[in-house]
Amino acid sequence: MSKKDSEYLINRKDNQYEVVIGLEVHAQVLSESKLFSTSATKFGAEPNTQVSLVDAAFPGMLPVINEFCVKQAIKTGIGLNAKINKRSVFDRKNYFYADLPQGYQISQFKDPIVGEGKVILDMPNGQKEVGIERLHLEQDAGKSIHDLDPQNTFVDLNRSGVALMEIVSKPDLRSPDEVNAYIKKLRSIMRYLGTCDGNMQEGSLRADVNVSVRPKGSKEFGTRCEIKNVNSIKFMQMAIEYEANRQVDLIEEGKTIDQETRLFDTKKNETRSMRSKEDAHDYRYFPDPDLLPLEVSEKFIEELRNDIPELPDDKKKRFIEEFKLSPYEANILVSDIDTAKYFEEVVAKMGKNKDIKLAVNWITGELFAVLNSKGLEISQSPVSAKNFAILINLIKNGTISGKIAKTVFELMIDGDKDPQKIVEEKGLKQQSDPKALEALIDKIINDNREKAIEYKQGKEKLFGFFVGQAMKASGGKANPQLINEILKKKL
Amino acid sequence: MSDITKQSLTELVENIKNKKLCSTDVTKAFIDRSEKSEKLNAYITNDFTSALDKAKKFDQKPNFNLKLPGIPMAVKDLFCTKNIKTTAGSKILNNFVPTYESTVTENIWNEGAILLGKLNCDEFAMGSSNETSFFGNVQSPIDKNLVPGGSSGGSASAVAGQLTPVTIGTDTGGSIRQPASFTGIVGLKPTYGSCSRYGIVAFASSLDQAGPMAQNVKDCALLHEVISSYDAKDSTSIDFKRNHYGKELTNNIKGKKIGIPKEYRVDGMPKEIEDLWQKGIQYIKDCGAETIDISLPNTSYALPTYYIVAPAEASSNLARYDGVKYGFRAKGENLIDMYEKTRSEGFGAEVQRRIMIGTYVLSSGYYDAYYLKAQKVRKLIKNDFDEAYKKVDAILTPSTPSSAFKIGEKTNDPVSMYLNDIFTVPVNLAGLPGISIPAGHDSKGYPLGLQIIGKAFDEQNILNIAYAMEEKINFKNKITDWWIK
Repeated sequence: MSKKDSEYLINRKDNQYEVVIGLEVHAQVLSESKLFSTSATKFGAEPNTQVSLVDAAFPGMLPVINEFCVKQAIKTGIGLNAKINKRSVFDRKNYFYADLPQGYQISQFKDPIVGEGKVILDMPNGQKEVGIERLHLEQDAGKSIHDLDPQNTFVDLNRSGVALMEIVSKPDLRSPDEVNAYIKKLRSIMRYLGTCDGNMQEGSLRADVNVSVRPKGSKEFGTRCEIKNVNSIKFMQMAIEYEANRQVDLIEEGKTIDQETRLFDTKKNETRSMRSKEDAHDYRYFPDPDLLPLEVSEKFIEELRNDIPELPDDKKKRFIEEFKLSPYEANILVSDIDTAKYFEEVVAKMGKNKDIKLAVNWITGELFAVLNSKGLEISQSPVSAKNFAILINLIKNGTISGKIAKTVFELMIDGDKDPQKIVEEKGLKQQSDPKALEALIDKIINDNREKAIEYKQGKEKLFGFFVGQAMKASGGKANPQLINEILKKKL
Repeated sequence: MSDITKQSLTELVENIKNKKLCSTDVTKAFIDRSEKSEKLNAYITNDFTSALDKAKKFDQKPNFNLKLPGIPMAVKDLFCTKNIKTTAGSKILNNFVPTYESTVTENIWNEGAILLGKLNCDEFAMGSSNETSFFGNVQSPIDKNLVPGGSSGGSASAVAGQLTPVTIGTDTGGSIRQPASFTGIVGLKPTYGSCSRYGIVAFASSLDQAGPMAQNVKDCALLHEVISSYDAKDSTSIDFKRNHYGKELTNNIKGKKIGIPKEYRVDGMPKEIEDLWQKGIQYIKDCGAETIDISLPNTSYALPTYYIVAPAEASSNLARYDGVKYGFRAKGENLIDMYEKTRSEGFGAEVQRRIMIGTYVLSSGYYDAYYLKAQKVRKLIKNDFDEAYKKVDAILTPSTPSSAFKIGEKTNDPVSMYLNDIFTVPVNLAGLPGISIPAGHDSKGYPLGLQIIGKAFDEQNILNIAYAMEEKINFKNKITDWWIK
């Protein structure tokens, strides 16, 4: 596919428009406790059971930074190949809302903890670099619940004060597909680092999507609209598609685009104006006087750098070199850390005489199919890497055929059974004893005398018939190679 | 028994340790006098019944190793006290009972002291006369219808009127030193970061400090020793080596260099203040210390800087009082309406004025011209002190530009009210310690105070200077008990 073919353009009459997208991703820091208090952060707890006096903004309560969250943010910054700022400042973003107990959110405005970085996307037509503008730490707000009572709104403060990383990209994305790849890449990196679980259903990862359009070839940016708080990749893609077309339509009609904040209505599949630039909040940011500027030493950063595990890009490179995988196969295996872990464990357990290609095919084929049908993550795989490796080895050393292996695999799923035992108990071992096979084949030839004669007279198609009969007679266990050899000799 | 309340903290501690007095007698004496002193309106909430219980308990099992053994004490109602209503002088917290204790008061109770009650103050510590309190103004024991100063006005009245042996206040721009000066007592504003802010209702976070108020310097030093501690719960608390301020107190200040800043000679300052300052310089010399003329060139910008920084922080700090979680809530048609009504009815005029100033100076388009510039000037003011401290060990100034004024006299003139803080705010802006000691009387017989400003973390030094001067000044507060009977 040439680069040109893959361009995402919106066509109208004679005009073509390019879509420019930037994302502000809110990633919940994986941490036992909140950013400025010791309350727990467990998802799904009873409302208002994980709230401290600090989270509820009682008089005289003061924030104290959670060092672990700072480490998580720095690690993420390192994973994004970004500049780590040794000095950053927490600011107050002031606004009133019922689920914002302090009346301000503690965030980082002018001096974020992480500066510019980049991530590499693997697109079908090659790699694409996306710039990271910054990453900063901030508190999450609580949750307003409007649908429990006709008159009242309820507030759950469990989330109030939970640490978020806001990762702001440069306006480098050009299509819904790139957004998909970008979010997945971010999630993959953070899961590798253990800094965010990336669980979009639980709201651990959500994004504000900035969209603008411009005539193809133009260097200037169009007026952008921000679509707030979209919580799935699919919705992001739908929202971009709708919003880009809406903006193009306005331009085609000779109208202008208003810079505004919009909401994506997932039911109607459309974006709606939330507030215009004129109505934008004046957040009155200023440095939080309850917190000193956050200063980290070079040593502190270096120690974290030494702690960084092998990340997807490096792992992919290694898989290609070490295991002779194709970039495509490597991509599939490294995109999710648990898949990569499973694969490497299988490789390790296979021992010396291993067939890595076979293992990859079986992981991406049979195993993925089972996980898909059962709706399981690979970390919950019903077949352990150890037994999986044994199975691959059984195929590789000729103990069972690929076909029998599928039967064995199905039996393994229930209770992670040892394939060796299944093969023994069910007598599924491949028959490779030439004497036994010769006897079996003699009988078949005897029973099908006429067909044997026909074959000898030149009807070669009948060879397959004899192979089939032999396999059938052996219950599928006969070594097909040996059958072939013996048949050729006997016929 | 009637003379118990006339005793200093040091004397009371001594007498309790020597078993000449017991905690119950002392506590009773202060409760009696407090009850007779309702006219002063010094208390917002009293806890007399349980104070007596605690005193009896102490006497049954006394621990004389504590620094404040069985000493009853009332505190400013800005300190959160567990299970005792804490209002900050505001209607919006009129029904607020904390489930927690401020670190500073915790330190006090841990040393054996007993809570008498919560003392009146300006609403959210915003005021210089204790007239902005939702619970009414406080009368000064000095004279009828005289303000005790503010915002720790209840605290000042209670100490000067002998309703409590000592107390603690908070000082954001002079709220300990100015009322101390107005009522003839000693008040110390410690270095920023010396006393924990945890559990103190916040006014302006970068300026707020708790500090002791007492009849004399020795009591003040002892109480400061108790309240100053490093606290991990306050991110701005500083872990430095703290002295035993009481034990290490000395009147030997020979050879110390004391700076006299010319910029504190402001226009329109009454002659009696100038005379008092000159007297102070003489006392310093009498103590064997040296005075040196110095310059703090940015002093005149301190007040406008303060009235940008403090309201800016306050506007944000007070956002949490929204009727949603605790405190007063007015009924509203919807969320916004509820906010507006709650905050309009819950906050008094001065607090609303400062929230509006603060919101304005932080708003986009004005931030750079006001808040950012104020921060820069603040740095210059701090630099002035740093420069001066290359030459001197401490600085002597008047505490206030005038003596106490009458209740109502400045209510309608906020700017003239703000001018009260002109000598005290630079100290808060620079984060330095400052102490006000009574040094004389004006023509009406009202007390006047002198302020000694120290280097950061050098409380011991200014306490020593104050202690030495106190001896020379030999100040006697004229308390006539006008409010009793």
